[in-house]
Amino acid sequence: MNSEVMFYLLAGMILVFSVLTVTSRKILRAAVYLLFVLISTAAIYFMLEYTFLAAVQLTVYAGGIVVLIIFSVLLTSHISEKAIMADRKQSLLSALAVGAGALLTLLTILKFTFVPSALPAQTSTVTDVGNALISYERDGFALPFEVISILLLAALIGAIIVARKEKDNAIIK
Amino acid sequence: MTGSIPLQYFLIISTLMFFIGIYGFLTRKNLITMLMSIELILNSVNINFVAFNKYLYPQNLQGHFFTLIIIAIAAAEAAVAIAIIINIYRNFRSIDVDNVDELKF
Repeated sequence: MNSEVMFYLLAGMILVFSVLTVTSRKILRAAVYLLFVLISTAAIYFMLEYTFLAAVQLTVYAGGIVVLIIFSVLLTSHISEKAIMADRKQSLLSALAVGAGALLTLLTILKFTFVPSALPAQTSTVTDVGNALISYERDGFALPFEVISILLLAALIGAIIVARKEKDNAIIK
Repeated sequence: MTGSIPLQYFLIISTLMFFIGIYGFLTRKNLITMLMSIELILNSVNINFVAFNKYLYPQNLQGHFFTLIIIAIAAAEAAVAIAIIINIYRNFRSIDVDNVDELKF
């Protein structure tokens, strides 16, 4: 009973703040609403008992990406600036397309019967996660782990190269 | 801890969140707010993966690790996207997609 109330509360928060994220005309406020959506998602991971994943969601998404977004909002627009939105016709057509897509997906989901598994759940403590990430046997994720580290390095170098000032070009050449 | 909440509820939330993200991507003109819509879309996909993992395949953690890797990729994507946005701002003095209409600068 208790967890159901919690779930409905989180679901309501996610939906309300998602809508506010995409409709708010103040960009900084939209970023803060996005933060609330991400925190509610972390709470849903906690409810599903994936605690490590929830912690990662909080640190990387809420702590990292949102801070990065807020920084870039402050760098690129004035604090009281109102965001320009699409005109009425385009918003209406987008809402129509999105509504049709959502309706179709929801109907498909509600028509399909999912059979929940009765098998005992695998625990996901930090030890389990760490062992799986360095294991190269069955249910091990050593290869994706290594690939993701290379991707992060590439993104790091790429971001520095792209955001670097133009006039430094001559020195590097 | 999930009690008697059926799997469908998680899927309904993530579907609605996904399409709200798409709506934002279609109607926003500011590059940073478009990036925020993409984050919403990625997040809804993550909820799907985790819910499927918990309800249908609880004996292993594949959805869990998939989500972990998506979060890492989202972080990398956000960093590169913001670097590009700041570079665009430096060249055009604006990050509205209507003003950024030439590839050559």
